[in-house]
Amino acid sequence: MSALPASVARPRPRVGGAGAIGFGIATLWLSVIVLLPLAAVVDRSLADGLGAFWDAAFSRQAVAALRFTVLMSLIVTAINAAFGTLIAWVLVRDRFPGKKVLNAVIDLPFALPTIVAGLTLLALYGDAIAFTKWAVLLAMLFVTLPFCIRAVQPVLMELDREMEEAAASLGASGATIFRRIVLPNLVPAIVSGGALAFARAVGEFGSIVLISGNIPFDTQVTSVYAFKQIESDNIGGAAAVSIVLLTLSLAILVALRLVERWGARHDG
Amino acid sequence: MASRLTLRAIALAYLGAVLLVPVAVILYRTLEPGVGEVWASITTPAAISAFWLTVTVTAIAVPLNTVFGILTALVLVRSRVRGRRFLEAIIDLPFAVSPVVIGLSLILLYGRGGWFGDELADAGIQIIFSLPGIVLATIFVCVPFVVREVAPVLREIGDDQEQAATTLGANAWQTFRRITLPSIRWGVAYGVILSTARAVGEFGAVSVVSGKIAGETETLTLLVEKRFQNFDVAGAYAASALLAVIALTTLLAMTLVHPRKDSA
Amino acid sequence: MKPIALRLFGVPALLVALLVVATGCGGASDEPTSSGQSSGSADGGQTISLVAYSTPEVVYDEIIADFAKTPDGKGIQFKESYGGSGEQSRAVAAGLKADVVAFSLAPDVTRLVDEGLVAADWNTRHRDGLVSTSLVSFIVRKGNSKNIRSWDDLLKPDVEVVTGNPFTSGGAKWNILGAYAHGGLDYVSKLIKEHVRVQPKSAREALQAFTGGQGDVLISYENEAILAQKKGQDVDYVTPDDTFLIENPIAVTKTASATANTFVDFALSREGQQRFAEWGYRPVDKEVLKANASKFPEPKKVTTIADLGGWSKVDDALFDADQGSVAKIEETAGVSTAK
Repeated sequence: MSALPASVARPRPRVGGAGAIGFGIATLWLSVIVLLPLAAVVDRSLADGLGAFWDAAFSRQAVAALRFTVLMSLIVTAINAAFGTLIAWVLVRDRFPGKKVLNAVIDLPFALPTIVAGLTLLALYGDAIAFTKWAVLLAMLFVTLPFCIRAVQPVLMELDREMEEAAASLGASGATIFRRIVLPNLVPAIVSGGALAFARAVGEFGSIVLISGNIPFDTQVTSVYAFKQIESDNIGGAAAVSIVLLTLSLAILVALRLVERWGARHDG
Repeated sequence: MASRLTLRAIALAYLGAVLLVPVAVILYRTLEPGVGEVWASITTPAAISAFWLTVTVTAIAVPLNTVFGILTALVLVRSRVRGRRFLEAIIDLPFAVSPVVIGLSLILLYGRGGWFGDELADAGIQIIFSLPGIVLATIFVCVPFVVREVAPVLREIGDDQEQAATTLGANAWQTFRRITLPSIRWGVAYGVILSTARAVGEFGAVSVVSGKIAGETETLTLLVEKRFQNFDVAGAYAASALLAVIALTTLLAMTLVHPRKDSA
Repeated sequence: MKPIALRLFGVPALLVALLVVATGCGGASDEPTSSGQSSGSADGGQTISLVAYSTPEVVYDEIIADFAKTPDGKGIQFKESYGGSGEQSRAVAAGLKADVVAFSLAPDVTRLVDEGLVAADWNTRHRDGLVSTSLVSFIVRKGNSKNIRSWDDLLKPDVEVVTGNPFTSGGAKWNILGAYAHGGLDYVSKLIKEHVRVQPKSAREALQAFTGGQGDVLISYENEAILAQKKGQDVDYVTPDDTFLIENPIAVTKTASATANTFVDFALSREGQQRFAEWGYRPVDKEVLKANASKFPEPKKVTTIADLGGWSKVDDALFDADQGSVAKIEETAGVSTAK
């Protein structure tokens, strides 16, 4: 590579068709679709004054709901990361009858309205866990199932097998190959999928509400608490608590993103 | 290999408990009343309206989202533009926002008394409680999908080939079309599949911004809720089946158009 | 690689074409056998937009069909929207077009008065602005093996109570008011803290939780009970001797046409009120109520919202999200049941 003239060896910003114009368009798009609406919510949450914002966002119930939501979501993310990677591996590398069908079914939790998911889970696992923390966990697992799987699958498919084969020929066991060669390449994707799963779990409303029993301080998730505020005409309060949750989730997501980038940088 | 079987067993067991059994129950409950009933259930005027509305909304939201998603992924991974970290930070925002708040935000913007509400009303443009509002809410929830699917792939494959193509004289668009796009097609495909499934299944935000006008702004998910509310459980499951059909059709189309290279 | 581009732009193009064709299809009716009364753009005729809470949808479907047969109602198109009472009220406040609004409790109409969308004297017109009433009742398992008949029975040791959450569902406030009218805050406190394990988001969801196996008794409305039975649910219901009167308001908006007023009058006519009676709602028309007396026994003692000082007083004292007495009870309930 050093034989090439410097001007060519150094990648120009326009490689890949992006660059400044692309950045501008992408930003404009995201601003209109995402930022503008959220700005309206932030504005509304502060409209009654900073004091009201604080009271609403950090009331005892709000904090309890927040803690419950975030904790549940983190647990769900961890489970999803582990099993999601495993399932992606099996779907890409393994071969068995019915694999295609299975692959297709994985996206169903998305397409099915969460109300269906909730009621079905309730019907299935019924009284034993209904209205408990387990119910919330199960519902969250169901609706976030596809994320890690679908994030890891494409990466696994593009993975260059050479190094694995080299390691195998040198006598490394399957587990070692996975741990030292495959996994590092997958970490960005796993984290990416995990971030999606976390974010979704945090915002989830439909299926959880139905089976969570909604007891304040016990099984009430933040999105339901926000709904209560809206119902009581406390729009500012709903906005406030939602902004807090959003900020917290954003912080966790940004942290996950940094991990993802770190993993990518240490890529082979 | 024994470990291969073990992995397969664990994967299947987990999927079984969390996904397959619930789906089987849904399938059973859907077909329980008999195919005739199910057919009658999904061909009522309300169901047909809801179906086409959902399809319309998805047909607008997903392609838009895909195009901009690919663009954003390219900007994030390939470019050196300053401020792309900022872009990255807001990509995931839609996920962390609860549907209730999404609906609220759109009403704060376009509803009566909102930021643009009165101007729009004067101009006679109806966004909230009409199709545009539903589309906006749907796009909102789908924003991260394509980016999140394509970006890791872009990172994984590296830009060697693209650089080579540029060296050989290809312009940006040609490079994109012939080198980049083919290599990210799995990411794009899965991004489309996920966003389609998410778009058809969206309930909370749409529930707030649609106005639930029967036959006009009632999507399939809203119809499912209404039927559950009215003790028409079988009808609700039947309508849900339609949702699953749309999602699965997309998946099928995607895999047919690019037959998967089944590895191993 | 062409496939992606083609697919991306080809599919929506195809779909848009299909949609142009499909626009004529569909409609509002969810009945399999009907030819479907298509809603949407009125071709020359008038349109009435009805925004209502969800449970009387079955009644309004019939009333609208009846209305279409009358000379006043001929050729009138209807746009109907049903949802949670509070949600619907807020939607109208946010710009959802409405000519006739029918909600589950008066504060949802008051909200629209405050927004300038409904005239302040709405409750002096059209028979005091009410279209139907009901009573707070207990829905129990078929056979009522636990013999639950009164409010005090709810406090028996092994009785588990389900009720809608009054803070997410305006309609669920009626239940708490019933409890309050019986035994004041002490009673409500005991009830919520010791006997209510779940509080689903809405009254209908509470009913579904109950029929799904939760709890021994559901505090709900008489009309919900009758509807549930009509829809084949395996339940019985008991109206306690002292109960609360549920009053469902109806109003026209300021921008509504004369025909909208005619429609409301129709809903309040013999014919309309009989439809309500058939579905379990107590008619406000005394004659129709008498004619259906077998279905609607008179309880010994009925408290009304007026007896408690009106909604604004009650909402402030009991249901204010921070200061209300019930809100405080709910908070402490959470603490004591936290695992």
